[in-house]
This record gives sequence, C-alpha cells and structure tokens, in this order.
Amino acid sequence: MALLEVDNLVTEFATDEGLVRAVDGVSFSVEPGATVGIVGESGCGKSVTALSIMRLLPQPMGRIASGEIRFQDRDLAQLPIPEMEKIRGCRIGMVFQEPMTALNPVHTIGRQLTEGMLLHKICEPANALRAAADLLDRVGIPSPEVRLGEYPHQLSGGMRQRVVIAMALACRPSLLIADEPTTALDVTIQAQILELIKDLQAEMGMAVIMITHDLGVIAETCDQVVVMYAGKVAERGTVFDIFDRPAHPYSRGLLQSIPRLDTEPKSRLGVIEGMVPGLRDLPLGCRFENRCEYAMDRCRELVPVLEQVADGHSVSCIRWRDL
Amino acid sequence: MSAPLLEVNNLAMHFPVREGLLLRARAFNRAVDGVSFSIGPGETLGLVGESGCGKSTLGRCVARLYQPTGGSIRFDGQDITSMPARTLRPLRQDIQMIFQDPMESLNSRHTVGDILEEPFLVQKIGDRLWRQKRVAELLNTVGLPARSASRYPFEFSGGQRQRIGIARAIALNPKLVICDEPVSALDVSIQSQILNLLVDLQREFNLSYLFIAHDLAVVKHVSDRVAIMYLGKIVETAASETIYHQARHPYTKSLIAAIPVPDPHRSVQRQVLRGDVPSPINPPSGCSFHPRCPVAEPRCAEQEPELIDSGAGQLAACHLIQRQT
Repeated sequence: MALLEVDNLVTEFATDEGLVRAVDGVSFSVEPGATVGIVGESGCGKSVTALSIMRLLPQPMGRIASGEIRFQDRDLAQLPIPEMEKIRGCRIGMVFQEPMTALNPVHTIGRQLTEGMLLHKICEPANALRAAADLLDRVGIPSPEVRLGEYPHQLSGGMRQRVVIAMALACRPSLLIADEPTTALDVTIQAQILELIKDLQAEMGMAVIMITHDLGVIAETCDQVVVMYAGKVAERGTVFDIFDRPAHPYSRGLLQSIPRLDTEPKSRLGVIEGMVPGLRDLPLGCRFENRCEYAMDRCRELVPVLEQVADGHSVSCIRWRDL
Repeated sequence: MSAPLLEVNNLAMHFPVREGLLLRARAFNRAVDGVSFSIGPGETLGLVGESGCGKSTLGRCVARLYQPTGGSIRFDGQDITSMPARTLRPLRQDIQMIFQDPMESLNSRHTVGDILEEPFLVQKIGDRLWRQKRVAELLNTVGLPARSASRYPFEFSGGQRQRIGIARAIALNPKLVICDEPVSALDVSIQSQILNLLVDLQREFNLSYLFIAHDLAVVKHVSDRVAIMYLGKIVETAASETIYHQARHPYTKSLIAAIPVPDPHRSVQRQVLRGDVPSPINPPSGCSFHPRCPVAEPRCAEQEPELIDSGAGQLAACHLIQRQT
C-alpha cells in the first residue's frame, strides 16, 4: 500500500486579480522507502504541491480547493490543524531550499534542534541535548557539542543545510519532503548533501519526495518522477520511463535543452520556444500547446487527461501515440 | 596564432578587511591572487569555480569596475591596468558586461528603449532618429519585438530581461563581453535559448567572451577553453573538449565527479569532496586545495605549486602532476 497518495489535488490562491489555480488536479503516489521526484520549471506548482501536503500554504490566501492527500489512512487535506501539527515535523519532515531562512537566526542550533523533539515528546528534556548532538554527528557535523551552542550565521551554507536535515529527521519521519534542498549550494557541497540524504534514507527506510528543477539530481536520486507543467502533471513514470522513453513533448524538450558534459562545445541546444504561460492566461486546451512543436488544432480545444502509456507510465498529451 | 585581445598577467585583487576604531586594514581578502590568462579575438574563455573563488571579482577587474591591486591587464595592445577614467572611457565601448540578474542590472524606471539608447548617449554617438533605429535593430537581433522599446523591464520575463541585458551589452559593437553567470537565474528551457543566442551573436559579431559561471556543463558548452578557479587562483586550464575526459588537477576531477549526470543508468560511484572552501582571508599554506585534496602529500602543505604545461596546451597547478610527467 502506498504511504502517500495525492489524488486530484487542486490548490488555489486568492490574489488581487482573482482566484489563481497554482495546482490543478495533481495525482501521484509514494511507496514506503521510495524516492519520488517532482520536476518542473518555476511556477509549475511543484513547491505549492509540497506546501499543500504539509498544510503550510500561505494564509489566508492559499487553500486546498479539492482533492485528497491520503497519508497513513488519513486525509491530510481535511485534517484539523492540531491533528496536522502532530504529523508535520514528526511523521513528515521537510527540508527547504534556503537553510538561512529555514533556521531562526536568534536561536542556537541546539535550541532549534531540540524544539521539535520536545514538542513531539520523543525524548525527555534531560536527554534532549544529548540526542541533538547525536543527530548532528549523524549528519556529518564535526564537534557537534560545540555547534549546539552556535548560531546559524556561524555555519557555512552546507553545514546549515545539514542542520536543517537533522531537524527534519529528528523524529525519524516516514516521509521526507525536500524542496530544492541543494539549489543554493555549490556543486561539491550538493554532492555531499545528496549522498547524506541517500544514506539516511537507506538507514531509516523513509520515503523521499525530491522537488527540483535539476534533471541531473532527479536521475541520480529518484525511482519515480512526476513532470509538472503549469500546475498539471504532464508525465509520470519511473525514472527510466522519463529519461529513456519520454512521451510528453515537454519532457522531451527539457531533456534536449540541458547542456551535458559530453556534448560538443558550441553546438546548438534544443530549445522550447516561448515561455511558461501565466496562471491567469492559460491556454484553454493543453497548457503546453503554445510552445509545443507537435501542437494541432485539437490540442487547442481538448484538455488532455493522463493516459496510460505502459504499466506505471502515464502522459497527458492527446498526440503521444503519433510522436 | 593571432595576438590575444586580452592578456591578464599575475592579476591580484586584495580587499582590505578593516577593523577597529581607526579602520586599519588588519588583513586582506585575497579574492584574486595571481591570475594569468589570455583571450583571442572571437574566442570564449570559460571561468568556473564555486562561490567565493574570486571568479566574479576577476571579471570586474577586467572590466575595470575594480582597480586591481597587482598585476597587469592588456587589452587590444594597451595597458589598461591603471588607466585613468578619462582615457579609459572610449575603451569602455569595447568591453561590456552581462550580469546574472537582469532585474537588478536594468533600471526599473527606464523604458527598454531608454536603457538601450543610453550607451549611445554616453559615448555621444548618432542623432535621435538614428539611435531609435539602432534600438529597433538591437531588439530584433536578440529576438524581441520592436514594440518592446516602449515597455518597462518588469513587463518582461526573466529570459526576456536577459535578452535586454544582452542587447545593451552588444549595442556599441564591443570586442569583449564579460558574462557573469548570465543563465544561472533562468529555467532550463529558457537557459538553452539564451546560450544559443550568445553563441549566435559571437559568430555574427566575432565577439570574445569571458564566460563566468559555477556550472561546468554550461561553461563547457559555450567555451573554447575552460579555466578552473579555486580560492583566488587558476588551478587548471584546458580546451573544453578535453577537460571532461582528461582533467588533471584533483580539484577539477572532483568538481566533474560532483556534477549530477542526467542519466539514470549511470551508477553513482563518486568521491565526494569533504569539507568547505576555506576563507580567502587566511588561505591554507602551500597548495590552497591541500586540506580537501584526496591525494595530498606533506609537501603540498609547504610548497605552492605553479601552473605548468602538462601537454597539449593544458596547464595544471599540482605537485603530483609534475612527478608524473
């Protein structure tokens, strides 16, 4: 049975110019211990999907309009806030992109680490600092006892992200949501953090939702991939389905547009012409229609639904059979 | 080989770190510490390194936005290292910059037309009608509609704004364009549009680029040669075809190994580089990479290695390579 099942999630924001649907009918599931990647460009709704699962949508503008988020037999979309607070940070941990904003600058590392553990009553106050030091040690921070008394600004970017990971893992969650966890970091530090998440995942058996725009990170860390475009799922499948047999023109375009280490210097990269449509002036039919080289009149009229390409591989394109 | 357009020799930029009541310089941040390279006409040199390695400072020194504290910069046969502003001004036509964040580098209160006209006003070129015609041409060159001239930067997307930044940089037909992380803030599908545009413009106008970025795959894609920087120094330079397969310096090797490859079939067996980049205020002795280097020997902590030719125009600064050859 799946650990998490997101079913037809719709998330809306009230803005000055009216209601905007940032996530529009997104469905996917996460098996225990698996890593699911959500990939897409800015504004595709990948972070809003994560915030919806965590029920951390900006208030009062954001709300889950419809859909279900089933996690361990409960629908998180309907859960009262006090119930949700028992799950958030305890059974579902979250790691954000920018560790400096995720940490409180005026509290010590020790205080921030123990806060969650004491709140969820997973250890006695007397042992909390000891447990926090063990956690820091586990995420590879040297001399953890000293670090407990320090403030976030005294740590480097990579070290801060390790602290954020330690906080997310303090209660041994069964699901970790990592929203662009390495985007703000240098590539050698990124490699350290990705390796750390992988090791901890193997050790604790937790599932991971990895949200990123980097197809390299997806290829290296994920089992399943959800490709999002303008608030909808464009394609969904195993990492091999998406990289070896991409069925959606958008997934193909993305894969062709990245410079790789082994491509010929100054050769032409594949491009996706135009740009992502604004959420207020979306095309009526397929949302990718105005940038798609395979678009036909039908694409402008029909809203595509996810169709099954093969077992576990589905695509939202009415022309996938012709491509 | 033709004479290089730009020759940088032993360039240094040491920023004073001032402390205390009298703000005396107690230490120096050696952001750029003895860097030499050259760029030929129509050539692209890629400059790669992690944050704080001094790559942007180096770019700003070359554009003379900073006054370097040591070494020399020769551009088109002239020494511009400490040229006074007045004599430098006409030369500024030939050296232009493209910045990472076009929202911050474009004046939000000016229309795109004003922004693109300004270089001609500064250099006192052409009359109003001529300038407007030229603005329309520039917009066309970078793939924007002519009506963009009457709009403001905020009305454009990130990719379009970067096109405006590029149009401004090529307005005066420069010889050298310094691109400082020009695609880092852009989404992948937009990034490839901008990279293709930069390559096209280079062919059309025979531009030379100093292309600064942290992403080796991007840099390698647009460059003829690549220089790898670590803590204010160039540790390796090589042709961009060879750097991936024949990297010599241990830092270059670990940098390449750290890049996630978009191929799920490749099993990840990498040597992860431990630790963080040390501070350039108090860099390690000897080879500045030795505390993180997987193959460091005792002498690496004592002697500073020099950049030496390790064959086929590839230079590397590492004691262990000297022994091999």
